[in-house]
Amino acid sequence: MNPELKGFLLLSVAKMLVVFVAVLIWVALLTLMERKVSAWIQNRLGPNRVGPGGLLQPAADGLKNLVKEETLPKVANPILFLLAPAMSFVPALLMSAIIPFAAPLPLDFDFSLPLLGRFVHAGSTPMVVADLPVGFLFVLAISSMGVYGIAIAGWSSNSKYSLLGGLRASAQMVSYEVALGLSVIPILLLAGNVSFSSVIADQQGGLWYVLPLFLAFFLFVVSGLAETNRLPFDMPEAESELIAGFHTEYSSMKFAMFFIAEYANVITVSAMTVTLFLGGWDIPFTAWDQQGGLLQTLATGSFFVVKVMFFVFLFMWIRWTLPRFRYDQLMSLGWKFLIEVATVYFVVIAIAIHLIGRVWGVTDPRAMGWWLFALNLVLCYIVFVLLDRGLVIEGSSPQRRPVPPSVTSEAMES
Amino acid sequence: MLREYVPVLMIFAVSLGVAVLMVVGSHIFSNYRPTPVKAQPYESGIPPIGDTRDRFAVKYYVVAMLFLLFDVEVVVLFTWSVVFRQLGLYGFLAILIFLMLLVVGLVYEWKKGALDWD
Repeated sequence: MNPELKGFLLLSVAKMLVVFVAVLIWVALLTLMERKVSAWIQNRLGPNRVGPGGLLQPAADGLKNLVKEETLPKVANPILFLLAPAMSFVPALLMSAIIPFAAPLPLDFDFSLPLLGRFVHAGSTPMVVADLPVGFLFVLAISSMGVYGIAIAGWSSNSKYSLLGGLRASAQMVSYEVALGLSVIPILLLAGNVSFSSVIADQQGGLWYVLPLFLAFFLFVVSGLAETNRLPFDMPEAESELIAGFHTEYSSMKFAMFFIAEYANVITVSAMTVTLFLGGWDIPFTAWDQQGGLLQTLATGSFFVVKVMFFVFLFMWIRWTLPRFRYDQLMSLGWKFLIEVATVYFVVIAIAIHLIGRVWGVTDPRAMGWWLFALNLVLCYIVFVLLDRGLVIEGSSPQRRPVPPSVTSEAMES
Repeated sequence: MLREYVPVLMIFAVSLGVAVLMVVGSHIFSNYRPTPVKAQPYESGIPPIGDTRDRFAVKYYVVAMLFLLFDVEVVVLFTWSVVFRQLGLYGFLAILIFLMLLVVGLVYEWKKGALDWD
């Protein structure tokens, strides 16, 4: 191995360990945050006994999960039953590998270690575990893998609730994955590349995509919520009808692994929303963050975490505020609304880009962004009026029941 | 470059290792004392009725098949959208025809009731 390759591998291992550990700690803190946020919304205190302000609650939960008795239904398929949590856990963490979390760090080193030899690295290092050229295609592939874990968990438990939960989860996740993929196409039309680092670079040159592609942002967040099986789309574990859905039969650490996978997915979907629509680690209104340096990397990294936390909070806020959809409404929303809107939307955006760029000759990305934003306002009006009237999703508008004749006659008499 | 994929393999190996450690660790630290009732699948506290490996709604198969079609569509559209600006009008018209074929299929499914969920 040449020293340059060894330098690359060393950096990759370092970045990978940092991201992996950071995501796991973040997940642990999110379990606490979820309970604190729910307590705050429901006017309770939430966990406050373990450690200062309940900060050590995740550690206590983890320890408890480690020593809890395992359960294994006699009728379950033992191999798949053990495999399913891992199949849900691994893809969730794998997704975090390709999201750029800070500005590139210029790093030069050249040193030798006994036994291992010489390590060389020069130039700026992208702050991402793997800067894949396939970018979003990788996300699409790995998020499909997550479906296997849940479907196998549901099937192998051999319990009716688990099976129903697993089936619902797989149908829901594959449906919304199509909408998720379609809502990203306008971004690729603008950026002209699928890799995340080029999407961020394009947003730094123009506007954050949340403005010129507002409707895509809306579609992406809604499908992202459904992909992570969070309320209002948590049909797979609707506790009022399915006990706990696909993980009804799981206990101890295997249950915790599903939990970790869910929160890791929440983090990755939030991070992806930030990367695709809010400029990733970009700090707005300044070019200082692109100069490169340790301080810039730290600042952009913290800013990225702040942006992601906003979406994580949004997800929790939605969870504790909105009621659950009915399953038929959920599938109608996915297949009859989101997919159609996303298809029409990217065709309209493609025409608009062609008109603005080629016919009108607007080449400045910022000016083009504002034109697209204006178009989006019009489109949003059309879409949200459609949504409000309940024309597409049955039962989404309040049902107008005919007033019983007795009531009207009484009202007329009095 | 192919070496960009090496870190993905690394994180895959590490997360798989952690997953195995968690399962094995909890197996070591916990004690498993199965009783016949404990080993039954949970069914709201009543003895389980019948077997789970029974027929279930065909709707799920339909959704899975539709997903295959549309996911392939999404991947094709990805490749198209990346080179959209270079292709110009010809590429746009070609993808419109491709979309038209799919929309006809979607309308047919919708009218047939494949997207309805009673």
